[in-house]
Amino acid sequence: MNPKTKTFFSHAGVHTVLLIYTFIALFPTLLIVMNSLKARLSIFGAPLEPPLPSTFDLVGYQTVFSSAHFEQYFLNSLIVTIISLVLILGFGAMASFALAEYDFQTNPLLGIYLAIGIMVPIRLGTVSLLKMMVALGINNTLFALILVYVASGIPLAVFVLTAFFKTIPKELKDAGRIDGASEYRVFWLVLPLVRPALGTVAIFNMIPVWNDLWFPLILAPLESTKTVILGAEVFLGQFISDWNAVLAALTLAVLPILVLYIIFSRQLIRGLTQGAVK
Amino acid sequence: MTSMRKLNRKFPVHILVFLFPAVLIYTVFMIYPMIDSLRLSLFSSDAKNVVHWVGLENYRELLTDPTLSNRLWGALKNNLIFFVIHMCVQNPVGLLLAYLLSLKIRGSVVYRTLIFTPTVLSVVIVGFAWKLILSPLWGISSHIPLLNLMNLGVENSALITLSLISVWQYVGIPMMLFLASIIRIPEEFLEAARVDGANAWTIFWKIQFPLLLPTAGIVGVLTFVGNFNAFDLVYSAQGALAGPSFSTDLLGTFFYRTFFGFQLQGGNPYLGSAVAGIMLLIILVGVLIYLFGFQRRIENVEL
Amino acid sequence: MKKSAAVFLLLAGGVALAGLAFGQGKTKISIESWRNDDLKIWQNEIIPAFNKKFPDIEVTFAPSAPAEYNSALDAKLQGGSAGDLITCRPFDKSLELYNKGNLASLNDLAGMGNFSNVAKSAWQTDDGKNTFCVPMASVIHGFIYNKAIFAELGLKEPKTEAEFFKILATIKKNGKYAPLVMGTKDQWESATVGFQNIGPNYWQGETGRLGLIAGKAKYNTGGFLRTFQALSKWTPYLEQGYQSVSYPDAQNLFSLGRGAIYPSGSWEISGFRANAKFELGAFKPPLPAGAKKCYISDHTDIATGLNANSKNKESAKKFLEWMTTPEFAEIYANALPGFFSLSKAKIKLKDPLAQEFVSWRDDCDSTIRSSYQILSRNEKLNNENDLWAASAGVLNGTLTPKAAADMVQKNLDGWYKPKK
Repeated sequence: MNPKTKTFFSHAGVHTVLLIYTFIALFPTLLIVMNSLKARLSIFGAPLEPPLPSTFDLVGYQTVFSSAHFEQYFLNSLIVTIISLVLILGFGAMASFALAEYDFQTNPLLGIYLAIGIMVPIRLGTVSLLKMMVALGINNTLFALILVYVASGIPLAVFVLTAFFKTIPKELKDAGRIDGASEYRVFWLVLPLVRPALGTVAIFNMIPVWNDLWFPLILAPLESTKTVILGAEVFLGQFISDWNAVLAALTLAVLPILVLYIIFSRQLIRGLTQGAVK
Repeated sequence: MTSMRKLNRKFPVHILVFLFPAVLIYTVFMIYPMIDSLRLSLFSSDAKNVVHWVGLENYRELLTDPTLSNRLWGALKNNLIFFVIHMCVQNPVGLLLAYLLSLKIRGSVVYRTLIFTPTVLSVVIVGFAWKLILSPLWGISSHIPLLNLMNLGVENSALITLSLISVWQYVGIPMMLFLASIIRIPEEFLEAARVDGANAWTIFWKIQFPLLLPTAGIVGVLTFVGNFNAFDLVYSAQGALAGPSFSTDLLGTFFYRTFFGFQLQGGNPYLGSAVAGIMLLIILVGVLIYLFGFQRRIENVEL
Repeated sequence: MKKSAAVFLLLAGGVALAGLAFGQGKTKISIESWRNDDLKIWQNEIIPAFNKKFPDIEVTFAPSAPAEYNSALDAKLQGGSAGDLITCRPFDKSLELYNKGNLASLNDLAGMGNFSNVAKSAWQTDDGKNTFCVPMASVIHGFIYNKAIFAELGLKEPKTEAEFFKILATIKKNGKYAPLVMGTKDQWESATVGFQNIGPNYWQGETGRLGLIAGKAKYNTGGFLRTFQALSKWTPYLEQGYQSVSYPDAQNLFSLGRGAIYPSGSWEISGFRANAKFELGAFKPPLPAGAKKCYISDHTDIATGLNANSKNKESAKKFLEWMTTPEFAEIYANALPGFFSLSKAKIKLKDPLAQEFVSWRDDCDSTIRSSYQILSRNEKLNNENDLWAASAGVLNGTLTPKAAADMVQKNLDGWYKPKK
């Protein structure tokens, strides 16, 4: 839209609305982070005040790090999230390529089959999953979590990536084939072309995987396998009346995902605007 | 599908190779557990833990037993209210924000990035944070009186409050989806209208909005599926009992209590699976209505 | 597709079996619990004391949050991944686990003689023939108060209901402090620290409780109805916005010195010791007009049982046997003042407030919470959760005492038929 366009808002009006909404979006997080750096009395006495030299206090973080292994939880969350994402993207891209590229008899059916998972929450199958993990001897391992997240991430990945693979001009692929490239090689050649979509899929899966409470609680609740969110949740339960510690734990649970998001946010938008959702 | 497929060139082993890992993991760890759960809903166990087939008895019990059906209908009603609030607040606000961001004003990337941040946070953490913010103990509401209207402890405001918290968290999704499709509307369409002397208001309603309808449909169905699966927010802010007196009970919390039990009450995986079956049915019906009602009609309009 | 899934399962199963062959030597046992507050005490005091005697058994205390405990435990039991020792809720919940074969019988465990039958009754079958958990502790209900505020306003511990409400009125008139600190948001607190706290004085303790089970007493008549009525009179004295105040919020309000009286129980002692910067006092539930004898809720709250499917039963049993000894009782009771050991052994309590609570046993008759035995056995509606809703409704003003009492009784009548 060019600048000459008259809108029903003045520019100042647009900025005002967006500024107000941005404030609403950020206020709760700011409030938590800000107060996590303050002494107990000023948390309750002056909650809206930023930490001042006189009220600055890291006691909450001391409690968190002395009574919970947050470094370990971070590591676990990172391992689970990264491996899950790599597998979702890898397997998802392979399957999508096949669905977009080859016209075999069961293709449409398989597409629908793989898409069912977008609609259905995997949590409804919890007990069966737990039984299966126990039978496989992998309950209480991060591997169990990864399998569940990959299974539940694949439907959306396939849905989005198939649409993307279909937009790639077939001349590109056929050029490769004429040069004698195998189908695997062709896949490898076109994969970089769907990078924006891979970014979108990555961020859309990263959020629920990193933030999940349920499956860590059921499948891997040990101290050595706790993820950040489960660790924070258990910690909140334990220290629920200690607001310094509670606010510090909430901050620690929120910041890493925010940082990851800021890093990937451009990728997300690009993916979305280039037709990820048709 | 117009492109030519060259399948007959050789035996399509590679297709199997491409499909195998995804289909295998998905089938074993998603579809099978789901089907197994549905199977469970047709069984029951007695006091000695002996499991036997009961057919649709669990479903009959859910729908006819007064104490259970009261909870089920209550949860369904609350869930509908929850959904309606999302449709009436989250999606219009998302559309408005998307429109404003599409105006290419300075800093729109920054606004966009910041407004989306609540969406990336954990629902559990968000629920907990809002519970603290709205607690009289912290007294934030004595500084910001508007927050007094958001009361999690009173029956007639708790559900609305939770819905608004959820709207606050997820408004970024419709915003992004609408923004993406507004940007994709070809400039020539708008230019033509401007030449005809249409103002922004008319352009929006006559040209942009109709082109956004497919996106609105997707937003609607995503909202529906998300809302009818909702659980974490109520659980972390109000607990599994979804108080006060079940006024914030959604199908998700009802499922949780039935399945896993609560406090002194034991869980019943068989009855719980039946609740899951009903949830599945509701979601399926919603999605089908979208596919065959909404999407069809829109495609016709476009043609 | 099905075939490949089966092959995959077989392969993975083989790997799992191979894994089982390893891991000899030290046996490891783990304890399921909802007492995540006690994690440090277990890690630093209880388990090291046990390991002095049994260095070959490695014990892990693996608690989950109280609200999730039952459901997480159920899921783990069904999936076969639950710990070797299981912390037992009193009465029906644990009985259900026993009946389903999840908890083993402990009749032949050495040291069970260290507990009285009353102590064991919360973890026995109805006929008393099978005991399935080692009793650990009971908690006593009462009121904790801020001595500084009482001194400032010239107040004395109330003995009767009339004195109690006079004190509340005085504090309210002064205006600086909330007379009663308690919320209704989490629901359970209304029933547990409200209704069950003051109730035994109205329904004559065991007389009323056993009357309900026998079908002779009703929630909507007599002492039980009067308890709801007494509870409804608390409303004007609760802090502002109490409907949104959760239980931990109330703990903070009280320990920040914003309120005078905290209806609660002995389990709060260690928490307030750590956070409150003022002197604490405690008084027992005040007597209603005309009552002579006092009754207290001395609730058998916590025990430990053996997972019937444990792979390390021998080691787990050794731990349970150790839990029956006076040594354990002494460590536990003093590490957690306010959790009173159920052992017959005489134990010295060091905390004066805990001593105050336990001294009430000498003057008053003990009872337990009315809804815990038998009456919460129903799958769909149970008496305990009904009492939560009813008590919270009364305090929130959404239910009259009579309506609340009628609802509880009606729901109970809906499924419970007393044995004739």
